[in-house]
Formats: sequence, structure tokens, C-alpha cells
Amino acid sequence: MATLEIRDLHVSVDTEQGPKEILKGVDLTVRSGETHAIMGPNGSGKSTLAYSIAGHPKYHVTSGTVTLDGEDVLAMEPDERARAGLFLAMQYPVEVPGVTVSNFLRTAKTAIDGEAPKLRTWVKDVKSAMENLRMDSAFAERNVNEGFSGGEKKRHEILQMELLKPKIAILDETDSGLDVDALRIVSEGVNRAKEGTDLGVLLITHYTRILRYIKPDFVHVFVDGKVAEEGGPELAERLENEGYDRFLSAAAQN
Amino acid sequence: MTLITPERNQAAGHVDPAAAYVPDQSRAERRTSFEVADFPVPHGREEEWRFTPVDRLGNVFSDTPTDDREGDPAATFDATEVEAVLAEPLGPGAAPRGTVLVPADRAAVVASANTDQALHLKLAADTVYDEPLRLRIHGNGAGRRSNAHYVLEAGPHSQGLVILEHTGSAEHTGNLEVIVGDGANLTVVTLQQWEDDAHHLGQHDALVGRDAAYRHIAVTLGGAIVRVNSNVRYAGPGGEATLLGVYFADAGQHLEHRSFVDHNAPRCTSLVTYKGALQGDTAHTVWVGDVLIRKEAEGIETYELNRNLVLTDGARADSVPNLEIETGEIAGAGHASSTGRFDDEQLFYLMARGIPEAEARKLVVRGFFADIVARIGVPEVVDTLMAAIEAELAATGS
Ligand SMILES: Nc1ncnc2c1ncn2[C@@H]1O[C@H](COP(=O)(O)OP(=O)(O)OP(=O)(O)O)[C@@H](O)[C@H]1O
Ligand SMILES: [Mg+2]
Repeated sequence: MATLEIRDLHVSVDTEQGPKEILKGVDLTVRSGETHAIMGPNGSGKSTLAYSIAGHPKYHVTSGTVTLDGEDVLAMEPDERARAGLFLAMQYPVEVPGVTVSNFLRTAKTAIDGEAPKLRTWVKDVKSAMENLRMDSAFAERNVNEGFSGGEKKRHEILQMELLKPKIAILDETDSGLDVDALRIVSEGVNRAKEGTDLGVLLITHYTRILRYIKPDFVHVFVDGKVAEEGGPELAERLENEGYDRFLSAAAQN
Repeated sequence: MTLITPERNQAAGHVDPAAAYVPDQSRAERRTSFEVADFPVPHGREEEWRFTPVDRLGNVFSDTPTDDREGDPAATFDATEVEAVLAEPLGPGAAPRGTVLVPADRAAVVASANTDQALHLKLAADTVYDEPLRLRIHGNGAGRRSNAHYVLEAGPHSQGLVILEHTGSAEHTGNLEVIVGDGANLTVVTLQQWEDDAHHLGQHDALVGRDAAYRHIAVTLGGAIVRVNSNVRYAGPGGEATLLGVYFADAGQHLEHRSFVDHNAPRCTSLVTYKGALQGDTAHTVWVGDVLIRKEAEGIETYELNRNLVLTDGARADSVPNLEIETGEIAGAGHASSTGRFDDEQLFYLMARGIPEAEARKLVVRGFFADIVARIGVPEVVDTLMAAIEAELAATGS
């Protein structure tokens, strides 16, 4: 049982005109087994939230707290956060030339577990996880994300999530750029992780179509750097039909 | 004649006024001579010296004999692992010495003029040498002048690997003259693992025979100033030349590599690939890759590439490809050059998967070199290289 708690989180980025506040007081709690969907317009700060939790150096937390089971996440380096059980499936996964997927996965697994995985079972685990995600075994010998299509990058993110077995995973628009089949395959991966390891999920998305496969327990509407409204799955349907106008005009008045 | 203007790339924050200079002279017109007087001591504004700290090279430019002392040579040449191919040394003018390499700069001409007996290695025709032929050159003291000239002949259809290994310290000038016989397959590795205070300038010229394959691999890790020029021309059609280089420059090091492929015969190929990493204040690397495709070089194919990875502020990489094309009847010609800073997004991605920073950096740097390391393909050279890179990265403690 793990709990990720975000309290009154304020985050800025450096711009040429000085620091610019992007997150303006985010409150959110994600527990093991729960699935939270975050929906919101472009530029509202969803990726900023995801990166801030993962510890990207570009984002400066100016106030607020993030804890995982009471431990201060903000005091940790990005690698320590990952080892503590956090995982971020990125909106734009990075290419790492010359580093093969298989070397990368083994190095990450070794770092997360504190010891090298048993070769026999590891090879089997990787193989079956790749099969489940319909990734050709040739990907293992390709360089990390190099020349991957958008959809292949997303599958590769979910592959890592399944193998590294985090406690809480943040999926930043993992559904965008996926065709219908890929969306189903990736969603199955997330659901396997939810069942297998009681994963808590923070799912950032623009579309309700992924929510047909991954059932959210909570939906948060994210506008202008904070949560503007919260509800159950029915809120997603409303957003799909009505859009964000209602929230945007409210934000503009502030 | 088409002269493609060189691309120039430097690490951010460094502007080189000299980089605006565009050579107006064909590479073919560069002077070569055995006469020391034909090459005045460079002052640094010459096209071929403009990146080099010539003010620190007075000793290697001077027309002086090797600083051998009673029972204490300036450099020790350990030839035990080349005994199988050791031939009679060659005096000046004794062919094949001087048939392939004519000095093209001050350092090469003084090396030539001050080497009385050139070490002569001869791989017999139709013979495959399974063991690496290794010549160990050890400098016995900083500041001590050492001159060398080697003649390496690979007989027709022979096959072998020759390694020149440089350690210790000296003011070393070394010429290597290579004759690759028809159908031969020869790899030459020059490994620079000098101490921090060594200076080493070298000219390596090869004549590649008909249907022969020649590979020249420069691995430069140590030395205060190292400059290795690797040049190739062809004795007939069908020759293949592969010039590879890997370098890692730390604070205070100047590591320079130049290559010149003279496509003077039809249907030959050349592939030039140099990759380097730099870290630390004033670390400086230079790569200048000249390719000349002459009128008679129909059907040739050439590609040259240089990539530099700048790991810290204060380091500087100069990269200048030059491609001169005198015939349109070629199969292909291209070049690429880039200098990039260490990518923090890559670092973050790896760290976000639990990999600690030091290890993540190592992965990225190893990854940067992975393709050229695979291309080198000589296990013992690769092992030495990777161990040295790990040591360099560990030294910064990052
Ligand atoms: N360096 C920067 N300078 C100025 N603004 C920035 C900078 N970095 C981020 N921003 C702004 O921060 C805001 C939030 O960006 P973020 O990527 O978090 O949005 P998002 O909700 O994930 O959007 P999308 O739905 O398009 O992915 C955007 O308006 C963006 O332009
Ligand atoms: Mg985003």
C-alpha cells in the first residue's frame, strides 16, 4: 500500500523574462490500486506536474510538498525517486544513441532492485513483456527510442513500467499517437500492472477513449496550473461533450 | 572544380575568428619536400597550423637529432612483437623509404631528416599474420627530442594488424610510411597513451594497392599536444581506405587529427570517421578532414564524419571537413560534422529509470562511442579504449 501525496504544489520555470509560475497550488493524492485521470487543455501544466514529481531539473518547486509514504520526494534526485517506486511514462521519450534497449532495461532493473536480475528469468520476463505489447524482439537490440515511431516509443515506456514494477506510475499522454489496436495493447499493459502489482496510476490524457480501457476511479480537471474540479468517471464524459470552456472562462476571471 | 565550403561546428559559447578563413588553394597544391629549409617553423597563422598551439612546439619543430644519451635513449622502441616482420632498416633515399611519404609539414620534415635508419617492417606476400604486430614506443622523459620514421610494407595479399603504441613522455616526431600491396588487407592502429606532458606530431601516409583494404585507426587519449595526420592515396583501382579515430581530451590537452584522402584512382572508396569527447577547462580537439576527388577518380565513393561530445564547459572542439570534387562521375560523396553538448534530457531519462547519475553519464558516453568502437572491431584496442574512457569519466567524479 503506497500513497503519493501532493500538497499545495507551486512550480516555476525559468524564462527569459524571469521565473514563470506554471503550477499554482496542486493538491492530489494517489494510492495503490487507484486510477486517477487528469484532463485539461493544452498548456495547463499537466506535463509540468508529471516532470516535477519525477524531478526534472528544469522545474523549480517554489512551495508545497510531495511525499511518497511520508518520505519527502522533493529532496530526492530523479534516480532516487524512481528507486522509491515512482515511474513517469513520458509524453516525449528521449533517444539515447548507442545504448541498446536490452542494456538499458537491464541497467535500470539492476538499479531499481539493487542487484542484477537473474539472467534466465530476466530474459524470459523481457521476452514475454515484449510479446504482450506486440513489440518485435528486434527492438531489444535497437538503440533506446532511436528511430522509434511515436507509438513504438509509447509501448517502450509501458514495457519499462511493466518490468520495473513501480508503486505509482504517471502516464503523460501515453495514449496520444496510438492507433486503436495500439491503444488497446498499451491499456492492457497498464491493467496487467494494476492487477499484478496493485499499481497506482495518474493518467494524463486529452481523450476519453483510453478511459474506456483503463477505468478511472477519479477524474481531475486541470486548468491554469491547478485542479479546477474533481469527480468520478462521469466527469470525463461531460468534458468530452462540453469541452473546457466552462473552466477556462472561470480561470480567466481570476 | 567544385569546392564545397566547410561546415564548422563548435561548442556553444566559443567563437573562433580563424574559422571564417576559407582555404583558396586546392589540397593538391600543398607543398611536400624532403628539404628542411622548405618548411619554415610555423608561426600559427598558416592554414594547416591555425588551430595548433605552435608556440609550445619549438622543440619538436627544431632540426635536431634525437636526444639519446649514453645507455639512456630518448625513446625505447620495443620490437619484440614485430620480430616476425622485421626487415633491414632503411637509410634516407633507400627505397621504398621516401616513395610514399614525402614530408608535408615542418614536424614531418625534421623527423625525416633526423632519422638515419628507418625501422622497416615487411609483411610477406600471401601471408596471414594472426597475432597483432605491436611496436611499443616509450618516451623516456619530458622535453627530450625523439625522431622516428617507420616503413611498413604489406606484401600483395598479405593480411595483418600493426599497432604502434605510444607511452611515457617525449618530444616525439614520428613518420609512418605504409605500402599496402595489391589485394592486401592491413590495419594500422596508432595508440597515444602518453603522459600528460608529452608532445607528439606524426605524419602517416599510405599508398593503397589495387583491390587492397587499408584501415588506419588513431586512438588518442594521452599527451599534452598530439597531432596525427593520416593520409591516403591509391596505387590502382578498387582500393578501400577506412580512417577511424577516437579521442578523449581532458583539461589542458590539445588533440588534433587531420586526414587527407587523395582520390587519384577510379573505383576506390574511403570512409573517414572520427569521434571525440572533451571535458575540462581548455580541453581542445581539432579534426580536419580533407578529401580530394581528382578528375581520374571516376566511380569512387567517399564519406567523412566527425562528431564531438562536449561534456563540460570550457572545452572546445573544432571540426572542419573539406571536400573538393573535380569529376561529376562518382558513386557518392558526403560529409557530416557536429559538435554537441552533453544532453541533459538523456541524463534525466536514464535517471528517471533509477540509474544513478555517474552510471547514466557513462552509458551516454559509451553510447556515443558505440558505433565507432564496433567499427574498430579489434578487441584489444577496444578494451584499452573503453577502460581508458571509464577512467577518464571516473576521474571527474561526476
Ligand atoms: N521555458 C518556458 N518558458 C515559458 N513558458 C514555459 C516554459 N516551459 C513551459 N512553459 C509553459 O508552461 C505551460 C505548461 O506546460 P505543460 O507542458 O506542463 O502543459 P501541458 O498541460 O502538459 O500541455 P499539453 O496538453 O499540450 O501537453 C505552457 O504554457 C508552457 O508554454
Ligand atoms: Mg503535456
